[in-house]
Amino acid sequence: MIRTLHWLPVLLLALAVPRAEAQLTVQILRGMAESVPIAVVPLGWDAPGAAPTDVAAIVHADLERSGRFRPLSRSQMLELPHEAKAVDVADWRMLKVDYVVVGRLSPLPDGRFELRYELVQVATGERLLGATLPVDRAALRLAGHRVSDAIYERILGVRGAFSTRIAYVAVDGPATARGYRLVIADADGENQRVVFASPQPILSPAWSPDGRALAYVSFHSGLPAIYVQELRTGEQTRVSAYSGINGAPSYSPDGSQLALALSRRDGNVDIYLLTLATRELRRLTDDPSIDTEPAWAPDGRSLYFTSDRAGAPQVYRLGLATGERPRRITFEGSYNARPRVSPDGRELAVVTQDRGAFRIAAVDAERGTLRVLSGGRLDESPSWSPNGADIIYATRDGGRGVLAIVSADGRVQQHLAASAGEVREPAWSPFPR
Amino acid sequence: MRLLPAMLILAVAAGLAGCPKKPTTVPDAGAGTQTAPQDGATTGAGEGQVGQARDLPSEGAAIGAAPAGVATVIYFDFDRSDIRPEFTSLVNAHARHLAGAAGTRVRLEGHTDERGSREYNIALGERRAQAVRRALMLQGAGDNQLTTVSYGEERPAAEGSDEAAYERNRRVEIVYGR
Repeated sequence: MIRTLHWLPVLLLALAVPRAEAQLTVQILRGMAESVPIAVVPLGWDAPGAAPTDVAAIVHADLERSGRFRPLSRSQMLELPHEAKAVDVADWRMLKVDYVVVGRLSPLPDGRFELRYELVQVATGERLLGATLPVDRAALRLAGHRVSDAIYERILGVRGAFSTRIAYVAVDGPATARGYRLVIADADGENQRVVFASPQPILSPAWSPDGRALAYVSFHSGLPAIYVQELRTGEQTRVSAYSGINGAPSYSPDGSQLALALSRRDGNVDIYLLTLATRELRRLTDDPSIDTEPAWAPDGRSLYFTSDRAGAPQVYRLGLATGERPRRITFEGSYNARPRVSPDGRELAVVTQDRGAFRIAAVDAERGTLRVLSGGRLDESPSWSPNGADIIYATRDGGRGVLAIVSADGRVQQHLAASAGEVREPAWSPFPR
Repeated sequence: MRLLPAMLILAVAAGLAGCPKKPTTVPDAGAGTQTAPQDGATTGAGEGQVGQARDLPSEGAAIGAAPAGVATVIYFDFDRSDIRPEFTSLVNAHARHLAGAAGTRVRLEGHTDERGSREYNIALGERRAQAVRRALMLQGAGDNQLTTVSYGEERPAAEGSDEAAYERNRRVEIVYGR
């Protein structure tokens, strides 16, 4: 122990040196045919030189990446207005644009910036949105995502999720010397930071409902254990290190409990509930088959999980009132696993075996009907965007692990690939509180 | 003679496993400021003690070594954990060896191929390791000689996404001296 303490600080310093994360680049594979034509006009800048951040370009990229919008290229714009009353709707109508976003960025005396933006509907000339917000220099990207959120919601009627984040596991190095990193990035893949690194496997990151902590499985002690890490301080706490498997953590909607999979001494993998404050453990399933991958319904009254009690993995629901028995949900196909519940509780994203390939499907939580959404051969680890519009998952591209996003209706698809190494196990954050 | 290098590798691997490279946690840097991890940043992560020193075996059939000439990997069918008939004699040979060497311990490491979901594969790897554990115990190995761990699909023996690689990855490795 003394020896451990002696060399620990040196090693921590060596590994804590900030390293350049591999860039995540977005490739849109398919957008919607009926995507909304919109123009995001470059913002006016009320000072000499260039603006510190091209906020309009961030909004343009967000809307385009969503697949629901078709932003007009800047080179096609006939004029560059910076306020709603300067928008000549006849010109924009000629360009077949339905909406125009205009605005202005101004430096404030205290070093911050004022961002003003307006959304104009071309057909009516009506101003649909108009807002002004003070922004720190370091938050200009985030401010762009907030503008995108507001535009998305005003036009589509669904809250935008551009200002949310994703957690994922990045893996690099040869098979004999792998490096695993738990990474958090903005939803557009930018602004990455490593929250935990280990030469041993890391998997199953799960966000706390307040977005302030991640629970995950790490093998860094040599055996699997579940850790909770506060993101602000980096403080990591081991919450489950029972004999055997400690896996698949999932936060209850109120954040007080983790559902998880344990095998304990007898090797029988079952679902348990761990109360975080007291470390009290309650066994929920007791079946000789595999029960794993629990996921909470948003009302906190039931859990979905994977079980092979019928001979092959299928999804079951267990009501948490005492005396309830698990009820099978999926019947289509020979393999349905890793359920994740949509924010409205109506659908489950699962991994399904589809003609020999493993794909992401959406399952109706009541009727069990299944729609295959993805088209890869080794798709896994689905996670819903907090607005329920999209599902992020892990797939392969040219033999390499990449992340992909598919819209809940299957019509929009995009890939997020790292410039080096593999990325996997994505988990989409909740909305910021 | 052929055993010696293998035993050396085992012994070195066992030594290395006792002092893994330290993992690190890094606080969420927010607006670009990096904070060095504090003492509390590795709460629960202090498992990396240096392992117990073990003498290298001096000669012949050392305690803690695998039986000579017996393979140490058992392969499985997709999504199955029952031991195929062709591996019965292999399992029995290890069981007899363990029954005759009460001080010998093995770790049963369960693995799967990369298909399907990762946590289900962790569970499947554990079930494979448990199947081998039960078979060894039925043939005379002691419960206290056996531990299991599952890596699921995280540590493939063969890279690649074809059936040839998958066959080699659906396995339990019997690791002596752990």
